[in-house]
Amino acid sequence: MENNLAVTPATLVITFALVIFAMVISYKQELGLTKDIAWGITRAIVQLTIVGYFLKYIFNVNNISLTLAMVVIIILNAAWNSSKRSNGLPNSLLISILAMTLATSVCLVVLIASGSLKLVPSQIVPITGMIASNAMVASGLSYRSMDSLFRDQHQQVLEKLALGATPFQATKTIIQEAIKTGMAPTIDSSKTLGLVSLPGMMSGLIFAGVDPVKAIGYQIMVTFMLLATTSLSSITVVYLGYKQYYNDEEQLVR
Amino acid sequence: MIQFRDVHYQVKDKQILTAINFAISTGEAVTIVGPSGSGKSTILKLLAKIISPSSGSIEVNEQNISTLPSASYRQQVSYCFQQPVLFGKNVRDNFQFVYDIRAKEYYENHVLETLASLDLKPEILDQEIADLSGGEKQRVALARNTIFMPQVLLLDEVTTGLDLTTKSLILDWLADLNAKQNVTIIKVTHEEDEIAASTRLLEVNEGRLTENGK
Repeated sequence: MENNLAVTPATLVITFALVIFAMVISYKQELGLTKDIAWGITRAIVQLTIVGYFLKYIFNVNNISLTLAMVVIIILNAAWNSSKRSNGLPNSLLISILAMTLATSVCLVVLIASGSLKLVPSQIVPITGMIASNAMVASGLSYRSMDSLFRDQHQQVLEKLALGATPFQATKTIIQEAIKTGMAPTIDSSKTLGLVSLPGMMSGLIFAGVDPVKAIGYQIMVTFMLLATTSLSSITVVYLGYKQYYNDEEQLVR
Repeated sequence: MIQFRDVHYQVKDKQILTAINFAISTGEAVTIVGPSGSGKSTILKLLAKIISPSSGSIEVNEQNISTLPSASYRQQVSYCFQQPVLFGKNVRDNFQFVYDIRAKEYYENHVLETLASLDLKPEILDQEIADLSGGEKQRVALARNTIFMPQVLLLDEVTTGLDLTTKSLILDWLADLNAKQNVTIIKVTHEEDEIAASTRLLEVNEGRLTENGK
Protein backbone atom coordinates (compact mmCIF):
# COMPACT_ATOMS: atom_id res chain seq x y z
CA MET A 1 0.00 0.00 0.00
CA GLU A 2 2.87 2.34 0.78
CA ASN A 3 3.82 2.33 -2.91
CA ASN A 4 0.95 4.73 -3.57
CA LEU A 5 2.23 7.26 -1.04
CA ALA A 6 4.93 9.55 -2.30
CA VAL A 7 5.30 12.59 -0.08
CA THR A 8 8.95 13.48 -0.43
CA PRO A 9 10.72 16.49 1.09
CA ALA A 10 10.71 18.00 -2.42
CA THR A 11 6.89 17.67 -2.59
CA LEU A 12 6.59 19.43 0.77
CA VAL A 13 8.80 22.28 -0.39
CA ILE A 14 6.75 22.71 -3.58
CA THR A 15 3.43 22.68 -1.71
CA PHE A 16 4.87 25.18 0.77
CA ALA A 17 4.77 27.64 -2.14
CA LEU A 18 0.99 27.66 -1.69
CA VAL A 19 1.47 28.91 1.86
CA ILE A 20 3.73 31.69 0.57
CA PHE A 21 0.97 32.55 -1.91
CA ALA A 22 -1.56 32.86 0.97
CA MET A 23 0.88 35.03 2.94
CA VAL A 24 1.47 37.32 -0.04
CA ILE A 25 -2.29 37.76 -0.51
CA SER A 26 -2.69 38.53 3.20
CA TYR A 27 0.12 41.12 3.01
CA LYS A 28 -1.14 42.77 -0.19
CA GLN A 29 -4.73 42.88 1.03
CA GLU A 30 -3.64 44.15 4.47
CA LEU A 31 -5.56 41.35 6.18
CA GLY A 32 -3.09 41.28 9.07
CA LEU A 33 -2.93 37.48 8.87
CA THR A 34 0.66 37.08 7.68
CA LYS A 35 2.06 36.59 11.19
CA ASP A 36 -0.78 34.23 12.12
CA ILE A 37 -0.24 32.11 9.00
CA ALA A 38 3.52 31.96 9.65
CA TRP A 39 2.98 31.03 13.32
CA GLY A 40 0.28 28.50 12.42
CA ILE A 41 2.36 26.79 9.76
CA THR A 42 5.46 26.73 12.00
CA ARG A 43 3.51 25.13 14.81
CA ALA A 44 1.93 22.62 12.43
CA ILE A 45 5.33 21.56 11.06
CA VAL A 46 6.96 21.26 14.50
CA GLN A 47 4.00 19.56 16.19
CA LEU A 48 3.37 17.09 13.38
CA THR A 49 7.06 16.21 13.07
CA ILE A 50 7.33 15.52 16.79
CA VAL A 51 4.07 13.57 16.81
CA GLY A 52 5.15 11.61 13.71
CA TYR A 53 8.35 10.41 15.37
CA PHE A 54 6.57 9.90 18.70
CA LEU A 55 3.84 7.76 17.10
CA LYS A 56 6.46 5.76 15.22
CA TYR A 57 8.16 5.02 18.53
CA ILE A 58 4.88 4.06 20.24
CA PHE A 59 3.81 1.84 17.36
CA ASN A 60 7.18 0.10 17.36
CA VAL A 61 7.22 -0.44 21.14
CA ASN A 62 3.60 -1.73 21.01
CA ASN A 63 3.13 -1.57 24.78
CA ILE A 64 -0.38 -1.41 26.32
CA SER A 65 0.61 0.90 29.20
CA LEU A 66 2.26 3.34 26.82
CA THR A 67 -0.79 3.22 24.51
CA LEU A 68 -3.15 3.92 27.41
CA ALA A 69 -0.89 6.74 28.60
CA MET A 70 -1.19 8.23 25.13
CA VAL A 71 -4.99 7.90 25.34
CA VAL A 72 -4.96 9.73 28.68
CA ILE A 73 -2.77 12.52 27.27
CA ILE A 74 -5.15 12.98 24.31
CA ILE A 75 -8.19 13.07 26.64
CA LEU A 76 -6.60 15.59 29.02
CA ASN A 77 -5.54 17.84 26.17
CA ALA A 78 -9.01 17.74 24.61
CA ALA A 79 -10.62 18.43 28.00
CA TRP A 80 -8.33 21.37 28.69
CA ASN A 81 -9.07 22.92 25.29
CA SER A 82 -12.80 22.33 25.63
CA SER A 83 -12.94 23.86 29.13
CA LYS A 84 -11.36 27.05 27.79
CA ARG A 85 -14.59 27.63 25.84
CA SER A 86 -16.65 27.71 29.03
CA ASN A 87 -15.91 31.36 29.83
CA GLY A 88 -14.58 30.59 33.30
CA LEU A 89 -17.36 28.26 34.40
CA PRO A 90 -16.45 26.71 37.80
CA ASN A 91 -15.30 23.07 37.59
CA SER A 92 -15.31 23.20 33.79
CA LEU A 93 -11.98 21.32 33.51
CA LEU A 94 -13.30 18.52 35.70
CA ILE A 95 -16.56 18.39 33.75
CA SER A 96 -14.66 18.32 30.45
CA ILE A 97 -12.35 15.53 31.63
CA LEU A 98 -15.42 13.51 32.60
CA ALA A 99 -17.12 14.22 29.26
CA MET A 100 -14.05 13.35 27.17
CA THR A 101 -13.34 10.21 29.23
CA LEU A 102 -16.92 9.03 28.97
CA ALA A 103 -17.25 9.70 25.23
CA THR A 104 -13.87 8.19 24.39
CA SER A 105 -14.09 5.14 26.61
CA VAL A 106 -17.65 4.21 25.56
CA CYS A 107 -16.71 4.37 21.87
CA LEU A 108 -13.39 2.55 22.32
CA VAL A 109 -15.00 -0.22 24.39
CA VAL A 110 -17.75 -0.73 21.79
CA LEU A 111 -15.28 -0.74 18.90
CA ILE A 112 -12.90 -3.13 20.63
CA ALA A 113 -15.69 -5.41 21.90
CA SER A 114 -17.24 -5.59 18.42
CA GLY A 115 -13.87 -6.57 16.95
CA SER A 116 -13.70 -3.46 14.73
CA LEU A 117 -10.61 -2.28 16.53
CA LYS A 118 -7.61 -4.14 17.93
CA LEU A 119 -5.88 -3.11 21.12
CA VAL A 120 -2.76 -2.04 19.28
CA PRO A 121 -1.37 1.50 19.31
CA SER A 122 -1.58 1.98 15.53
CA GLN A 123 -5.37 1.63 15.81
CA ILE A 124 -6.16 2.89 19.30
CA VAL A 125 -4.18 6.15 19.15
CA PRO A 126 -5.57 7.55 15.86
CA ILE A 127 -9.15 6.55 16.71
CA THR A 128 -8.83 8.09 20.19
CA GLY A 129 -7.59 11.30 18.59
CA MET A 130 -10.54 11.29 16.20
CA ILE A 131 -13.06 10.70 18.99
CA ALA A 132 -11.53 13.18 21.43
CA SER A 133 -11.18 15.98 18.89
CA ASN A 134 -14.84 15.66 17.91
CA ALA A 135 -15.87 15.51 21.57
CA MET A 136 -13.73 18.58 22.22
CA VAL A 137 -15.35 20.60 19.43
CA ALA A 138 -18.88 19.49 20.39
CA SER A 139 -18.45 20.23 24.09
CA GLY A 140 -16.75 23.56 23.35
CA LEU A 141 -19.70 24.60 21.19
CA SER A 142 -22.13 23.47 23.89
CA TYR A 143 -20.29 25.47 26.57
CA ARG A 144 -20.32 28.61 24.43
CA SER A 145 -23.93 28.23 23.44
CA MET A 146 -25.01 27.58 27.04
CA ASP A 147 -23.15 30.65 28.29
CA SER A 148 -24.60 32.99 25.66
CA LEU A 149 -28.11 31.58 26.20
CA PHE A 150 -27.82 32.14 29.96
CA ARG A 151 -26.85 35.76 29.24
CA ASP A 152 -29.61 36.32 26.68
CA GLN A 153 -32.29 34.63 28.79
CA HIS A 154 -31.13 35.80 32.21
CA GLN A 155 -34.41 37.57 33.01
CA GLN A 156 -36.49 34.68 31.70
CA VAL A 157 -34.62 32.19 33.89
CA LEU A 158 -35.11 34.46 36.93
CA GLU A 159 -38.80 34.71 36.12
CA LYS A 160 -39.15 30.92 35.93
CA LEU A 161 -37.29 30.47 39.22
CA ALA A 162 -39.55 33.07 40.84
CA LEU A 163 -42.57 31.09 39.64
CA GLY A 164 -41.27 28.11 41.59
CA ALA A 165 -39.36 26.20 38.93
CA THR A 166 -36.34 24.10 39.85
CA PRO A 167 -33.06 25.07 38.16
CA PHE A 168 -33.55 22.21 35.69
CA GLN A 169 -37.09 23.34 34.83
CA ALA A 170 -35.96 26.96 34.51
CA THR A 171 -33.05 25.97 32.26
CA LYS A 172 -34.62 23.20 30.18
CA THR A 173 -34.82 25.20 26.93
CA ILE A 174 -31.21 26.37 27.35
CA ILE A 175 -30.08 22.78 27.98
CA GLN A 176 -31.84 21.53 24.85
CA GLU A 177 -30.52 24.35 22.68
CA ALA A 178 -26.92 24.00 23.93
CA ILE A 179 -26.88 20.24 23.27
CA LYS A 180 -28.33 20.78 19.79
CA THR A 181 -25.67 23.38 19.02
CA GLY A 182 -22.89 21.00 20.11
CA MET A 183 -24.19 18.19 17.93
CA ALA A 184 -25.22 20.24 14.88
CA PRO A 185 -21.90 20.18 12.96
CA THR A 186 -21.61 16.38 13.23
CA ILE A 187 -25.24 15.86 12.21
CA ASP A 188 -24.88 18.31 9.31
CA SER A 189 -21.67 16.74 8.04
CA SER A 190 -23.16 13.23 8.31
CA LYS A 191 -25.95 14.35 5.95
CA THR A 192 -23.45 15.35 3.27
CA LEU A 193 -21.01 12.47 3.65
CA GLY A 194 -19.91 11.23 0.24
CA LEU A 195 -21.80 14.04 -1.50
CA VAL A 196 -19.76 17.03 -0.37
CA SER A 197 -16.91 15.52 1.56
CA LEU A 198 -14.97 12.31 1.50
CA PRO A 199 -13.95 12.41 5.14
CA GLY A 200 -10.53 11.74 6.63
CA MET A 201 -10.80 8.09 7.54
CA MET A 202 -12.28 7.08 4.20
CA SER A 203 -9.96 9.32 2.17
CA GLY A 204 -6.97 7.98 4.06
CA LEU A 205 -7.90 4.37 3.36
CA ILE A 206 -8.64 5.02 -0.31
CA PHE A 207 -5.39 6.96 -0.57
CA ALA A 208 -3.57 3.99 0.91
CA GLY A 209 -5.06 1.72 -1.73
CA VAL A 210 -7.94 0.11 0.17
CA ASP A 211 -11.02 -0.85 -1.84
CA PRO A 212 -13.45 2.15 -1.65
CA VAL A 213 -16.36 -0.13 -0.68
CA LYS A 214 -14.36 -1.43 2.28
CA ALA A 215 -13.30 2.13 3.12
CA ILE A 216 -16.97 3.17 3.18
CA GLY A 217 -17.68 0.46 5.74
CA TYR A 218 -15.06 2.03 8.00
CA GLN A 219 -16.45 5.49 7.38
CA ILE A 220 -19.98 4.41 8.33
CA MET A 221 -18.57 2.98 11.54
CA VAL A 222 -16.73 6.26 12.19
CA THR A 223 -19.92 8.23 11.55
CA PHE A 224 -21.82 6.15 14.12
CA MET A 225 -18.96 6.64 16.52
CA LEU A 226 -18.78 10.41 16.04
CA LEU A 227 -22.53 10.86 16.50
CA ALA A 228 -22.31 8.93 19.77
CA THR A 229 -19.23 10.88 20.81
CA THR A 230 -20.70 14.32 20.19
CA SER A 231 -23.99 13.50 21.88
CA LEU A 232 -22.28 11.97 24.94
CA SER A 233 -19.84 14.84 25.35
CA SER A 234 -22.42 17.59 24.73
CA ILE A 235 -24.96 16.03 27.08
CA THR A 236 -22.34 15.55 29.80
CA VAL A 237 -20.96 19.10 29.73
CA VAL A 238 -24.40 20.71 29.51
CA TYR A 239 -26.07 18.59 32.20
CA LEU A 240 -23.16 19.05 34.60
CA GLY A 241 -22.38 22.58 33.45
CA TYR A 242 -25.79 24.22 33.90
CA LYS A 243 -25.70 23.43 37.63
CA GLN A 244 -22.63 25.65 37.97
CA TYR A 245 -24.83 28.66 37.16
CA TYR A 246 -26.75 28.10 40.41
CA ASN A 247 -25.82 27.98 44.06
CA ASP A 248 -27.12 25.56 46.72
CA GLU A 249 -30.17 27.75 47.30
CA GLU A 250 -31.12 27.42 43.62
CA GLN A 251 -30.27 31.04 42.92
CA LEU A 252 -28.81 32.19 39.61
CA VAL A 253 -25.26 33.26 40.42
CA ARG A 254 -23.65 33.86 37.01
CA MET B 1 -46.06 35.65 59.62
CA ILE B 2 -42.96 37.11 57.97
CA GLN B 3 -40.05 38.20 60.15
CA PHE B 4 -36.83 39.99 59.09
CA ARG B 5 -34.23 39.74 61.87
CA ASP B 6 -31.21 42.04 61.59
CA VAL B 7 -30.91 41.45 57.84
CA HIS B 8 -27.84 42.87 56.09
CA TYR B 9 -27.15 42.59 52.39
CA GLN B 10 -24.05 43.65 50.54
CA VAL B 11 -22.65 43.14 47.06
CA LYS B 12 -18.83 43.10 47.10
CA ASP B 13 -17.99 46.22 49.15
CA LYS B 14 -21.31 47.97 48.65
CA GLN B 15 -23.74 47.82 51.55
CA ILE B 16 -27.29 47.65 50.12
CA LEU B 17 -29.30 46.91 53.28
CA THR B 18 -28.33 47.43 56.92
CA ALA B 19 -29.95 45.93 60.01
CA ILE B 20 -33.45 45.46 58.62
CA ASN B 21 -35.99 44.33 61.22
CA PHE B 22 -39.74 44.07 60.70
CA ALA B 23 -42.63 41.65 60.96
CA ILE B 24 -45.65 41.25 58.70
CA SER B 25 -48.70 39.28 59.75
CA THR B 26 -50.55 36.86 57.49
CA GLY B 27 -53.14 38.64 55.33
CA GLU B 28 -51.57 42.10 55.69
CA ALA B 29 -51.14 44.49 52.75
CA VAL B 30 -47.88 46.38 53.08
CA THR B 31 -46.33 49.04 50.87
CA ILE B 32 -42.56 49.57 50.78
CA VAL B 33 -41.53 53.07 49.78
CA GLY B 34 -38.31 55.01 49.45
CA PRO B 35 -36.10 56.71 46.89
CA SER B 36 -34.67 54.82 43.90
CA GLY B 37 -31.70 52.66 44.90
CA SER B 38 -32.67 52.67 48.59
CA GLY B 39 -33.01 48.87 48.70
CA LYS B 40 -36.80 48.38 48.39
CA SER B 41 -36.67 45.79 45.62
CA THR B 42 -33.80 44.03 47.40
CA ILE B 43 -36.12 43.39 50.36
CA LEU B 44 -38.63 41.71 48.02
CA LYS B 45 -35.92 39.67 46.28
CA LEU B 46 -34.56 38.51 49.65
CA LEU B 47 -38.04 37.47 50.70
CA ALA B 48 -38.54 35.64 47.37
CA LYS B 49 -35.21 33.83 47.92
CA ILE B 50 -33.91 35.14 44.60
CA ILE B 51 -30.94 36.37 46.63
CA SER B 52 -29.80 35.58 50.18
CA PRO B 53 -28.89 37.92 53.06
CA SER B 54 -25.21 38.49 53.85
CA SER B 55 -26.18 38.14 57.51
CA GLY B 56 -29.32 37.97 59.63
CA SER B 57 -32.32 35.77 59.00
CA ILE B 58 -35.69 35.84 57.29
CA GLU B 59 -38.43 33.68 58.72
CA VAL B 60 -41.77 32.74 57.24
CA ASN B 61 -44.18 30.96 59.57
CA GLU B 62 -41.34 30.70 62.09
CA GLN B 63 -39.07 28.83 59.69
CA ASN B 64 -35.81 30.27 58.42
CA ILE B 65 -36.35 30.41 54.65
CA SER B 66 -32.73 29.42 53.93
CA THR B 67 -33.59 25.95 55.25
CA LEU B 68 -36.67 25.53 53.03
CA PRO B 69 -36.57 23.91 49.56
CA SER B 70 -36.36 26.91 47.23
CA ALA B 71 -38.68 25.86 44.40
CA SER B 72 -41.64 24.91 46.58
CA TYR B 73 -41.04 27.98 48.78
CA ARG B 74 -41.18 30.29 45.75
CA GLN B 75 -44.47 28.71 44.72
CA GLN B 76 -45.87 30.03 48.01
CA VAL B 77 -44.05 33.36 48.12
CA SER B 78 -44.44 34.59 44.58
CA TYR B 79 -42.45 37.49 43.13
CA CYS B 80 -43.84 39.63 40.27
CA PHE B 81 -41.32 41.66 38.28
CA GLN B 82 -41.77 45.27 37.21
CA GLN B 83 -41.21 44.32 33.58
CA PRO B 84 -42.28 40.70 33.35
CA VAL B 85 -40.88 38.40 30.68
CA LEU B 86 -43.45 36.12 29.08
CA PHE B 87 -41.95 33.11 27.36
CA GLY B 88 -42.90 30.47 24.80
CA LYS B 89 -44.75 31.03 21.54
CA ASN B 90 -47.98 32.32 22.98
CA VAL B 91 -49.71 33.23 26.24
CA ARG B 92 -50.94 29.68 26.82
CA ASP B 93 -47.34 28.40 27.08
CA ASN B 94 -46.86 30.56 30.18
CA PHE B 95 -49.76 28.93 31.99
CA GLN B 96 -48.81 25.48 30.75
CA PHE B 97 -45.39 26.07 32.36
CA VAL B 98 -46.78 26.72 35.86
CA TYR B 99 -48.81 23.50 35.64
CA ASP B 100 -45.80 21.55 34.28
CA ILE B 101 -43.44 22.60 37.08
CA ARG B 102 -45.97 21.30 39.60
CA ALA B 103 -46.55 18.10 37.59
CA LYS B 104 -50.25 18.99 37.36
CA GLU B 105 -52.51 18.56 34.37
CA TYR B 106 -53.24 21.81 32.54
CA TYR B 107 -56.77 23.00 33.33
CA GLU B 108 -57.80 25.73 30.91
CA ASN B 109 -61.11 26.64 32.57
CA HIS B 110 -59.27 27.77 35.67
CA VAL B 111 -56.84 29.78 33.54
CA LEU B 112 -59.75 31.47 31.76
CA GLU B 113 -61.41 32.35 35.08
CA THR B 114 -58.22 33.98 36.32
CA LEU B 115 -57.77 35.85 33.04
CA ALA B 116 -61.38 37.05 33.19
CA SER B 117 -60.86 38.38 36.71
CA LEU B 118 -58.18 40.63 35.18
CA ASP B 119 -60.48 41.61 32.31
CA LEU B 120 -58.62 39.51 29.73
CA LYS B 121 -60.54 37.64 27.04
CA PRO B 122 -60.07 33.90 26.29
CA GLU B 123 -58.61 34.70 22.83
CA ILE B 124 -55.50 36.10 24.48
CA LEU B 125 -54.31 32.55 25.19
CA ASP B 126 -53.48 32.08 21.51
CA GLN B 127 -51.89 35.47 21.07
CA GLU B 128 -48.16 35.72 20.47
CA ILE B 129 -46.19 37.45 23.22
CA ALA B 130 -44.88 40.13 20.86
CA ASP B 131 -48.44 41.22 20.05
CA LEU B 132 -49.37 42.06 23.66
CA SER B 133 -49.48 45.60 25.08
CA GLY B 134 -47.61 46.49 28.28
CA GLY B 135 -50.83 46.37 30.32
CA GLU B 136 -51.80 42.98 28.88
CA LYS B 137 -48.34 41.57 29.58
CA GLN B 138 -48.48 42.72 33.19
CA ARG B 139 -51.97 41.27 33.72
CA VAL B 140 -50.99 37.95 32.10
CA ALA B 141 -47.92 37.85 34.36
CA LEU B 142 -50.06 38.49 37.45
CA ALA B 143 -52.49 35.76 36.37
CA ARG B 144 -49.52 33.42 35.84
CA ASN B 145 -48.27 34.10 39.38
CA THR B 146 -51.70 33.46 40.91
CA ILE B 147 -53.08 30.48 38.94
CA PHE B 148 -51.96 28.48 41.96
CA MET B 149 -52.68 31.02 44.68
CA PRO B 150 -49.57 31.81 46.73
CA GLN B 151 -49.68 32.72 50.43
CA VAL B 152 -47.61 35.84 49.79
CA LEU B 153 -47.54 38.00 46.67
CA LEU B 154 -44.52 40.27 46.19
CA LEU B 155 -45.11 43.07 43.70
CA ASP B 156 -42.17 45.08 42.40
CA GLU B 157 -43.62 48.29 40.91
CA VAL B 158 -46.08 46.30 38.83
CA THR B 159 -48.30 49.30 38.04
CA THR B 160 -45.51 51.64 36.96
CA GLY B 161 -46.03 52.92 33.44
CA LEU B 162 -49.54 51.53 33.06
CA ASP B 163 -52.56 53.61 32.00
CA LEU B 164 -55.00 54.68 34.73
CA THR B 165 -57.72 52.18 33.80
CA THR B 166 -55.38 49.17 33.83
CA LYS B 167 -53.71 50.39 37.00
CA SER B 168 -57.03 50.82 38.79
CA LEU B 169 -58.19 47.38 37.59
CA ILE B 170 -55.03 45.73 38.91
CA LEU B 171 -55.24 47.54 42.27
CA ASP B 172 -58.88 46.50 42.75
CA TRP B 173 -57.99 42.92 41.80
CA LEU B 174 -55.13 42.88 44.33
CA ALA B 175 -57.38 44.35 47.06
CA ASP B 176 -59.85 41.57 46.32
CA LEU B 177 -57.16 38.86 46.63
CA ASN B 178 -56.08 40.35 49.92
CA ALA B 179 -59.60 40.70 51.36
CA LYS B 180 -61.25 37.53 50.08
CA GLN B 181 -58.38 35.04 49.84
CA ASN B 182 -56.27 36.41 52.70
CA VAL B 183 -53.18 36.63 50.49
CA THR B 184 -50.41 38.68 52.12
CA ILE B 185 -49.44 41.42 49.70
CA ILE B 186 -46.15 43.29 49.88
CA LYS B 187 -45.56 45.84 47.17
CA VAL B 188 -42.93 48.34 46.21
CA THR B 189 -44.23 51.47 44.55
CA HIS B 190 -43.47 55.09 43.72
CA GLU B 191 -47.10 55.90 42.86
CA GLU B 192 -48.40 58.62 45.19
CA ASP B 193 -52.05 57.47 45.10
CA GLU B 194 -51.08 53.90 46.03
CA ILE B 195 -48.91 55.16 48.89
CA ALA B 196 -51.76 57.36 50.16
CA ALA B 197 -54.19 54.43 50.07
CA SER B 198 -51.83 52.07 51.92
CA THR B 199 -52.78 50.72 55.33
CA ARG B 200 -49.17 50.06 56.33
CA LEU B 201 -45.94 51.59 55.08
CA LEU B 202 -42.33 50.50 55.38
CA GLU B 203 -39.98 53.29 54.38
CA VAL B 204 -36.43 52.51 53.31
CA ASN B 205 -33.69 55.12 53.02
CA GLU B 206 -30.11 54.33 52.06
CA GLY B 207 -30.60 50.69 52.98
CA ARG B 208 -32.11 51.34 56.41
CA LEU B 209 -35.70 51.04 57.56
CA THR B 210 -36.67 54.54 58.61
CA GLU B 211 -40.36 54.11 59.16
CA ASN B 212 -42.52 51.15 60.03
CA GLY B 213 -46.12 52.06 60.67
CA LYS B 214 -49.58 52.85 59.41
